[in-house]
Amino acid sequence: MPSDKGRRQRKLWLLWTTTSIALIGALVYLMTEGENKQFFMPGPMSDGHHQIGIACESCHRDPLAGRTVLQQACIDCHGEERRKPFDSHPRSKFRDPRNADRLESINALECTTCHVEHQPEITGANGLTQPVDFCVHCHADIGTDRPSHRGMDFASCADAGCHNFHNNRALYTDFLLKHLHEPDLLERRTLPAREFASMLEELPDYPLSDHPRRQLSAADADNDRQPSLDAGALADWAQTAHARSGVNCSGCHAAPDDQGEKSAWNDHPGVQACAGCHQLELTRFERGKHGMRLAAGLTPMTPAQARLPMRENADHLQLTCTSCHTAHRFDVRHAAVEACLGCHTDRHSLAYKQSAHYRAWRRELAGEAASGSGVSCAGCHMPRVEHDINEWSSRIMVEHNQNATLSPNEKMLRPVCLHCHGLGFSLNALADRDLIERNFDGTPRVDVRSMEMAETDLKRASQEAASAR
Amino acid sequence: MHTLQKSLIALGIFASMAGLSGVIATDSAMDQPSITPKAMADALHLVMDSDRTIYTRKIVNRLVKKDKVITASEHFEDDKALVLPAQMFRFGSELVAQRAESMPEVNFSYSLQSLWPVNRQNAPKTDVEKAGLKFVAENKGKNYYGEEKLGGVNYFTAVYADTAVAPVCVSCHNGHKDSPRRDFKLGDVMGGVVIRIPLDS
Repeated sequence: MPSDKGRRQRKLWLLWTTTSIALIGALVYLMTEGENKQFFMPGPMSDGHHQIGIACESCHRDPLAGRTVLQQACIDCHGEERRKPFDSHPRSKFRDPRNADRLESINALECTTCHVEHQPEITGANGLTQPVDFCVHCHADIGTDRPSHRGMDFASCADAGCHNFHNNRALYTDFLLKHLHEPDLLERRTLPAREFASMLEELPDYPLSDHPRRQLSAADADNDRQPSLDAGALADWAQTAHARSGVNCSGCHAAPDDQGEKSAWNDHPGVQACAGCHQLELTRFERGKHGMRLAAGLTPMTPAQARLPMRENADHLQLTCTSCHTAHRFDVRHAAVEACLGCHTDRHSLAYKQSAHYRAWRRELAGEAASGSGVSCAGCHMPRVEHDINEWSSRIMVEHNQNATLSPNEKMLRPVCLHCHGLGFSLNALADRDLIERNFDGTPRVDVRSMEMAETDLKRASQEAASAR
Repeated sequence: MHTLQKSLIALGIFASMAGLSGVIATDSAMDQPSITPKAMADALHLVMDSDRTIYTRKIVNRLVKKDKVITASEHFEDDKALVLPAQMFRFGSELVAQRAESMPEVNFSYSLQSLWPVNRQNAPKTDVEKAGLKFVAENKGKNYYGEEKLGGVNYFTAVYADTAVAPVCVSCHNGHKDSPRRDFKLGDVMGGVVIRIPLDS
């Protein structure tokens, strides 16, 4: 006969076992079936990913899979930015056996070596979680190789105007030398023109058979299924590039399916209707903070979810294509300035309308200056860049991922600043945080040494070449 | 039966089976076509070297020096120019490494190095690389073969001389501001191609 103590112990064991099984079961259920898995989140998300924190499976696609799956998740979203325009430190370089010793110092094969998520206390600019002097692992003898770099602190390698681990070709020495002594403001100041309507026939994914190119007027509108449609919307549409390119009401409201048949009329077509012709724009939009929630299968981003200062009255807005472009009118000029300022209230944004950039924009809108000479919010943050359509052709399009050139901000040099400004001035301006907050109203008070170092290096090389002769 | 006899018989049977399996394995291996690491490295180098020579002579040298219709530049994208022969070689090497990652049975790597590299990252690092580059520079027409252990893996490493086959090779290296040597002549050994093949399965 078990004693009272024994019975009590047995009950306690039974209670412990039952509770443990229930707890484990609950956790397994939450992990596999639960909609909100934030319970398992080891720490707050970084600024880059916080919007999709609820969509754990965006990165953790298989809880039992190893780091390869996690790495692939990084590549699927960031791979293209990593490869283009140039990848200075490709994975293949570190897989080369001759660099095996370097891999032992720093595992450069995996993104998470330098960018660990859920660790806000060690996360710095650009999502970097490595100490900023990480270049020392492989370039400890740079002072010997490049006398101009002797004595420099490795913590300064990634300073403004210097090096970018992922694309170190952007500011190579010869490029700096080529742009020596340029004026602050170039004589010719124009942004590249967009290419889309002019090359519809060359775009392999554009459904030209669904929308034969021809000028449409209000009389051609095929909105017969919605006779109550207000005349304002119709008039707006008739003024757009859509009407000029033969894209009728049904093109968006009853977008053709894969077989070219019109689908059921939809009063409020979503982003997929736009994607029928503008897939590349949507893909880029979904890579940035405006659209990344859509890419993760979540509801659209709202300003209320942002970590940057936003207008309170914009909290409820949902970010889709029409948030900026507006339906029917699709006014790209509205999308380029007023749409941005309808939400953003940080100091840089609020200072825009006092800046020389805005004055140039007003002159363009008033027809007093050439097309492309104005500087809108989008002109800088959604630059017009040459984007590869495939291996053989490209087109100049608006980069709808406004984060692509934001950080480090030297990424803006080539696609943005250098269309109007000299390189030396641009480097200094981008390094001057105060000037950035004033939306570049004034002149830079920071002096980046890159140009000077390149010039010194050129003199050194010229002397060496002369003595070799 | 005596215990010793039983043990000897068991040992005999075991030895016989082991011998038989060895013969079968050898026969089986002999049935498979095989290639030595050296022959494989030599074949790879022949392809690489021929492609690069053709690019240098029939594209770069012809269009830049002879016909003068385009330039070749290290900064080919900014300068809207032809890719330099050495860059073409490197890009190929990187693409091979990238594509081979998903082909576990294809396992080799190659690089272009020099005792006088324009980019210091392309100077020899390992002892075999250093010895190999020195050997091919001092023994024109000969290759260097060695073995080395890197990252816990044994490799067969072959080094082949990289020779200035066209005037553009010489003019570019002698004129480059980062070049540590500026007296190259046509036909000089400027560096070497290093091919590595893992010896461990």
